[in-house]
Amino acid sequence: MRVFIDAIGICGPGLDGWAQSAAILAGTAPYQPAPLRVPPPDLLPPAERRRAVPSVRLALQVGKEALETSGAEVESLPTVFTSSGGDGVTMHAILDTLAQPAREMSPTQFHNSVHNAPAGYWSIATGSHAPTTSIAAHDASFAAGLLEASSQLVASQAPVLFVAYDGAYPGPLHLVRPITASFAVALLLSPTPGASCLAGLSIGRVRGRPSNGALADAQLEQLRRGAPAARSLPLLAAVARGDTAEIDIEDTASHLLRIAVAPCETGA
Amino acid sequence: MNPLEITATAIATCLGRGEAPTLEALRSGASGLAPCSFETVKLPTYVGEVAGAGEKLLPPGFDAFDCRNNRVAELALASDSFLDKVAQARARYGADRIGIFAGTSTSGILETEIAYRNRDAATGALPQDFIYDQRHSTFSLGAYLQQRLGLEGPAMVLSAACATTAKAFAAAHRMIEAGLCDAAVVGGADSLCLTTLYGFNALCLTSRLPCRPFDAARDGISLGEGAGFALLERPASSDPMLLLGLGESSDAHHMSSPHPDGLGARLAMERALASAGLSPSDLAYLNLHGTATPVGDRAEDKAVTSLFGDRLACSSTKGQTGHVLGAAGIVEAIMTMLSLRHGVLPGTANLTNLDPELGATYVRAPARASFKRAMSNSFGFGGNNCSLIFGLG
Repeated sequence: MRVFIDAIGICGPGLDGWAQSAAILAGTAPYQPAPLRVPPPDLLPPAERRRAVPSVRLALQVGKEALETSGAEVESLPTVFTSSGGDGVTMHAILDTLAQPAREMSPTQFHNSVHNAPAGYWSIATGSHAPTTSIAAHDASFAAGLLEASSQLVASQAPVLFVAYDGAYPGPLHLVRPITASFAVALLLSPTPGASCLAGLSIGRVRGRPSNGALADAQLEQLRRGAPAARSLPLLAAVARGDTAEIDIEDTASHLLRIAVAPCETGA
Repeated sequence: MNPLEITATAIATCLGRGEAPTLEALRSGASGLAPCSFETVKLPTYVGEVAGAGEKLLPPGFDAFDCRNNRVAELALASDSFLDKVAQARARYGADRIGIFAGTSTSGILETEIAYRNRDAATGALPQDFIYDQRHSTFSLGAYLQQRLGLEGPAMVLSAACATTAKAFAAAHRMIEAGLCDAAVVGGADSLCLTTLYGFNALCLTSRLPCRPFDAARDGISLGEGAGFALLERPASSDPMLLLGLGESSDAHHMSSPHPDGLGARLAMERALASAGLSPSDLAYLNLHGTATPVGDRAEDKAVTSLFGDRLACSSTKGQTGHVLGAAGIVEAIMTMLSLRHGVLPGTANLTNLDPELGATYVRAPARASFKRAMSNSFGFGGNNCSLIFGLG
């Protein structure tokens, strides 16, 4: 499948937007991990802004960045959201409440617990009635999401906004599911290269385990391993470098996505 | 869109396991709802439990996956020779050419709810034998299906609340169209847990009585649990059951309340008709989302009447199965296909006094009727909507 990346949104510890992060990922600026900074979700009406939980804010922030950079028509733009397990903070709060004798659950926490919460908030924030898909594939969530978004694009020949996000899990869940970092990335995918095109991808799914996945920078590599959405970092680094490269990303069932990355001007 | 053929199905709900008891209930209108005595739950409500889901029943070698959600899924998988038919498809296409598009909303959270009561008093740690990845992780069911069915194609678990397993058909269709697989197992499972029982109670959306869709006195849902699966392939039989159309939309309105005029619902139904190349008069039956909440049923009625007037026979089967949440899409898709194949127009259990403010035509008692095309609606939290159209070839 051939797709083009017209815009990228990114948010992670020490990674504040694509312009700043591209320099780090290309190796021209140093990576300095810093506490996550997620701007307030100003796309949302005030009531929803108050209710939006951290992972939703993270997903919305990267989606917004990609949207603003690309100028895509949001009303008709389908979305794909992928995450290993949705909002761990909300999950913990609900589980903790249910372990108490009174079991007095908060209605807002309950509706925030659904895996498609970012899709719902995104639709409210943008007024978009376009179809949306929310999926999970554990450690392979990024690969499965990219495959889903790309297949939508190939089937419809229309742009798709793809968002991968994971919020760090609180205790005791982090001991059983060590998602140690909050990270999100949005790719505005298009069937033809737009004016702002960043790279062309040729994506195939083949049997095997990735051999070229690790990042050279130890701290970026720690981030890559710390959140399933951050398995995207080697791909993003290739885009940032503007190289032609072949990137393998782990999928499920002993398969991987083999992604040929090329800069747009060479006609990827 | 290019239609797909449904070549095998599997189902488990409170009505029973497999096609036979499900069809019998569609013909009789019987309900599987009973007063809630689930786990330690103390709520005045009715539920639809799957018989046997409390027992260890996964095949040998699958202990790590043992949770109520995967048990409910297994009870469905083992029905109606579904496993054999998937094995035959695997032999025909190859394991890596069959995709898995499964859905769940709460996965195996019940086991984590119980583990949270048994945390270490000093450290707060979960019990030593607690397993997250294969039981509670949202992809748990996907991994179970991969191993249980021996499939290696593209796999994902969709989770879009109560529209989940309807949307699984859409994902499978796209992936087959894009050439990434030749066939797909779609469906999923949702099972009773404290999160949804207490969560819907907190939203004041559960009824104290068996739910009464579209009744003037309706006052909320009854939760159920269930699982269903379907094998999708490109049409090849002489008398196929076909997926003819599908439509998805977003409400852009509220996280847990539908658009008051059913805007997103109407869009999903319109897009399904457009994708099938059909007009409203081409359909003979609509299996409604119809959960029996005052607001939800009214919104769906507005959407239906704005598109179909009062010409279309409509019913909700949730008074029989309860609201099986993420599994509603596949369970009601299978019920719709059974209705088409066996000439039965499903009724709306517990509908006694129709709400006079509603305008669609509601089937109360099941009836015999022969028809060729029908739609099934599924709408979820987050304003995610999906409508599917099935037909006899």
